[in-house]
Amino acid sequence: MNALFVICGIGVFSLLAEIFNLKKWVSLVSIAGLVTAAIILIIVDWRFITYYYNGMVYFDRFALSFTSLIIVISIFWFWMSGDFFRGAAHRTDKSSLVLFSIAGAVMMVSFNNMAMLFLGIEILSISLYVLAGSNKENLFSTEAAFKYFLMGSFATGFLLFGITLVYGATGSFNIPAIADFIAAHATMPRYLYIGILLMMVGLAFKISAVPFHLWAPDVYEGSPTPVTAFMSTIVKIAAFAAFIKIFSVCFVRFDFSLLWLEQGIMVLTLVVANITAVYQGNVKRMLAYSSVGQVGYLLLAFSSDNVNSTGILFYYLTAYAVASITAFTVVQLIETQKGSAAIDNFKGLFKNSPLLAIAMTIAMFSLAGIPPLAGFFGKYLVFTLSISKGFVGLTVVAVLTSLIGVYYYFKPVVMMSQSSDSVIAVSNSQKALLTILIVINLAIGIFPDIIRIL
Amino acid sequence: MLTALLIFLPLIASVVVLTAKPFLSKFISFAVALAELVISLFIAFRFDKTQALQFQLDQPWISSLGINFSVGIDGISLLLVLLTTVLMPGIILSSFRDSSKPPSFYSLVLLMQSALIGVFTATDGFLFYLFWEIALIPVYFICLVWGEENRGKITLKFFIYTLTGSLFMLVALIYLYFKTPGSHTFAIQALYDAGRSLDASHQALVFAALFLAFAIKMPVFPFHTWQPDTYTVAPVEGTMLLSGIMLKMGIYGVIRWLIPIVPLAVKNWGWLAILLSVTGIVYASCIAIVQKDFKRLIAYSSIAHVGLISAGLFTLTAIGMQGAIIQMLSHGFVVFGLFYVVEIISDRTKTRELSELGGIRNVAPLLSTVFMIIMLGSVALPLTSGFVGEFLLINSLVQYKLWVGIVAGLTIILGAVYMLRTFQKSMSGETNSVTALVTDLSYYERLVLFPIVILVILIGIYPGPLLAISEAAVKNLLSLYPDVTVSIKLR
Repeated sequence: MNALFVICGIGVFSLLAEIFNLKKWVSLVSIAGLVTAAIILIIVDWRFITYYYNGMVYFDRFALSFTSLIIVISIFWFWMSGDFFRGAAHRTDKSSLVLFSIAGAVMMVSFNNMAMLFLGIEILSISLYVLAGSNKENLFSTEAAFKYFLMGSFATGFLLFGITLVYGATGSFNIPAIADFIAAHATMPRYLYIGILLMMVGLAFKISAVPFHLWAPDVYEGSPTPVTAFMSTIVKIAAFAAFIKIFSVCFVRFDFSLLWLEQGIMVLTLVVANITAVYQGNVKRMLAYSSVGQVGYLLLAFSSDNVNSTGILFYYLTAYAVASITAFTVVQLIETQKGSAAIDNFKGLFKNSPLLAIAMTIAMFSLAGIPPLAGFFGKYLVFTLSISKGFVGLTVVAVLTSLIGVYYYFKPVVMMSQSSDSVIAVSNSQKALLTILIVINLAIGIFPDIIRIL
Repeated sequence: MLTALLIFLPLIASVVVLTAKPFLSKFISFAVALAELVISLFIAFRFDKTQALQFQLDQPWISSLGINFSVGIDGISLLLVLLTTVLMPGIILSSFRDSSKPPSFYSLVLLMQSALIGVFTATDGFLFYLFWEIALIPVYFICLVWGEENRGKITLKFFIYTLTGSLFMLVALIYLYFKTPGSHTFAIQALYDAGRSLDASHQALVFAALFLAFAIKMPVFPFHTWQPDTYTVAPVEGTMLLSGIMLKMGIYGVIRWLIPIVPLAVKNWGWLAILLSVTGIVYASCIAIVQKDFKRLIAYSSIAHVGLISAGLFTLTAIGMQGAIIQMLSHGFVVFGLFYVVEIISDRTKTRELSELGGIRNVAPLLSTVFMIIMLGSVALPLTSGFVGEFLLINSLVQYKLWVGIVAGLTIILGAVYMLRTFQKSMSGETNSVTALVTDLSYYERLVLFPIVILVILIGIYPGPLLAISEAAVKNLLSLYPDVTVSIKLR
C-alpha cells in the first residue's frame, strides 16, 4: 500500500514539474521513486498482509508479488524509454500519465472489491488512450489511440454491465463476500451467469485473447514503441492478474462450467495468433501477435488448474515481461535509427552490433521457449501442469503452436545474421540495460526456484 | 566431480573466449579442447570395466520439481565422451586455416562440446533434455552465420525439424515423470521403472514420441529430409559437429532413453524401426550413387550408415548393440575425415562438382592416400574400423531375419560403388586445369588427418579394448530382454 502512495506521489510530482521547471529531473526522479517504492514494498509492505480501507484493497502475497513485478518491470521500462521523454513537448505529461497508469496497474492486482477493479482498469486505460496517441504528428498513432479508446470503452462497458449483474445476484461488490454468497447458495439466478460471461468478455478484451484481440495489432503498431512495450508488459501483467483474481477467487465454484469457455478461448488464441504472426513483415506487429499468442499459454495453465496455477503464471509473466522489454529495447533502437521496425532493417546486426543481436536473440529464444532461457521454463511449467491435469490433447496443440512460434521468432534472428553494413549506435546506459536483462533472463531460466517462491 | 569438470570447463571457457582477442581465442579454445581430451583419457584409464555407472555426481538443482544435476559415466557414455573429446581438437584445428573466424565462433564450438558431453553423461531426464536442446543452439548459429548461400531457410528447417522431435520427447518425459512415485522425480532409474510399469499400448505411445525425437536427430528415413541440405550449406566445422558427434546423440538416446524405458514397445514395434532403417540404407545409398556434389554424396552416405546402426540396435542382441557402439565411433572418425578431405579439395579448387575434379593423386599424393584409407574405412574393408562395426551389425540383422540381413548387407556393396566411384572421379584420371592447383596437405591438415587415419586402422585391427569398455553396460541393458541370449566374444 505504501508503495502505491509513493507511485502516486511521483506521479503528482511529475505533474507539478512542468510548473516548477524541473523537467530535466522527471525521468530520474521517476526511476528513483520506483526504486524507493520497490524497497518500501519489500521492507514495509511485505510484513503486513492486510486489508486496507474497509476491505477495498487486499495486499496478500499474490498482490505483493505482482506489485513488485510491476514495479521492477516499470523501472526497466523507464530505463529503456529515455528517448521517449527527451522530446521538447509534453515531457512531464507523458511521465505522469505513465506513473498513474502504473498506479492503476497496482490497483488491478490488489483490489478486493469490484469497484476498485473498475477504478484500476480505468486509471490504467485512460492514461494509455492518451499515451497511445502521444505521437501527434503520426497518423497511425492517432488511429491507434482512437481505436484503443473505442475498443477499450466497449470492453469497460461489458465489464461494468457484468459487475452490475453480479451485484444484482449476490448483493455485494466485495470479492470474498461474492464468493461466500455463491458457495452458500446452490441455485443462483440466471443473470449471474450472464454477468460472469460479460465480465469474462471484458477482461478478455484487456488481456487481448482471441477473438477479442482485434484491436491489439493496430494499436501496438501505431503507438510509439515505448508505449507498446508498456502495453505488452505491465498492462498485460495487471490485466491477467485481475483475470486470475476474479476467476480463481470470486467465481471459483464455476471453474468446471467455465472450463470449456476458457479452453475455447485458449485454443483460438494459440492457433489464430501464432499463425497470423507468421505473416508479419514488421517486427513490432509480429511482437503484437506474439503477445496475443502468449496469452494462450497463460490460459492453458489457468484453465488446467484455477487455484494452484498462480505461481506458474507469475513465473511465466515474469519471463515474458523480461524478454519483451529486451525485444522492445532493440526494436526501439532500430526504429529510431532506421525509420521503421521492418524485418529487413535487422540485417547485419550480428556483425555490426553484437550486443543488440545477442539481446534480441535471447529475447526471441526466450519467447519461443528454447532452453535454458526463462521462457522455456515457463512453457515447461505450463505443459507440466496441463499434462498432470490430464489435458494431453490441449498440450499437444500448445506444443504445435509453439513450434509455429519458433518459426516466426527466428525470422529476425535469421535476418540479423545476413550481411549489411549499417551500424546502430547504442548508448552505454542501453548497453547496461540489455546486459542486465540478458543476465536476468538466464538466471531465472537456470535457477527458476528464485521466482517460484510464491 | 571429473564428469562435471568435463561439462563445465568448456562452458566457462566459452564465456572467457568471447572476451579474448581473436588470435588468442583460437588457442584458448584449442587448449581447452586438449585439456578435455586429457581429462577424458584419464577417466578412461581409471574406468572400471566391470561396473556400470561411475564418476557420478548428484546435486539437487530445482528441488521443488524433483530435478537434479546428476551425471555419470558408464561404458557407452565413456566411448561417446571419448569420441567428442578426440574430435573436438580436430574441429578447432581445422578452422585454423581460415583466419577470419572470430571469437564467437570458438565460443559456440566450446558451448557445443559442453552440451554434447552433458547429453552423453546426464542421468536425469530433465537434464538430458536440457543439454539435448542446448546442443542444438550453437550448431544452429555456426551453420547460420558461417554457412553458404541460402542457409537461412535451410538451417531454420533443420532447427524446427529437430525441435519438433525434441518437444515430443519432452512431452513423453513429462508423462513418465508423472508416473514416478511420490513427489515425482526425473532420476533415470525412476523413469525406467515408470516406463516399464506402463501397459503395452501406453508404452507404444511413449515409444513413438521418443523414437520420433531420436529418428529425426540421426536421421532415419523418412525423417532425414533436413539432413543433406543442412550438411551441404553448413561450414565444414558445422558439418563435422553435426555428422561426427551430434548424430550420435540420436543413437545414444535410443540406447539410453528408449530401449530401457519402454522394453515392451521396443519388442513390439522394433520391426518398424528396423524396416525404416533398412529402407533408409537402400534409399540413401542409391541417391548417393547419382550425386554430383561431393559433400552431398557424403551426407547421403551418412544416412545409409546410420540406418545400419539403428537397425542393428533394434535387433536387441548383444552383437547388434556392440556393433552399433563401435560403428558409432568408427563412423564418427570416418565421416569427420571425409568431410575434411572434401573441404580441403573444395577450398583449393573452389568446386565440389565431381565431374570437374580428377587426377588429384598426381599433384597431392599424401591427400590422396589419406582419402583412400578413410574411404576404405567407410566401405568397411577388413582391418579398417568400419569393418568391425558393420560385420557385427549385419551379423545381428541376419540373426534377426535373413532377408533383412541381406538387404542391409547391400550397404557394403552400394557403399563400395559410390565411394570408389568418387575416388576414381576425384583422385585418379588426368589432372585438369582445376585440380592442377591442388597442393598437398599442409602442416595443420596433417595434424588433423593423421590421427584420424591412425584411429581408423587401429580400431580395425584391435577393437577388443573398446568392445570391452561397453560390454558391461550392454549386458546391463540387455538384461531387460531375458529371452535374448545370443552373445559373441570377439577378443
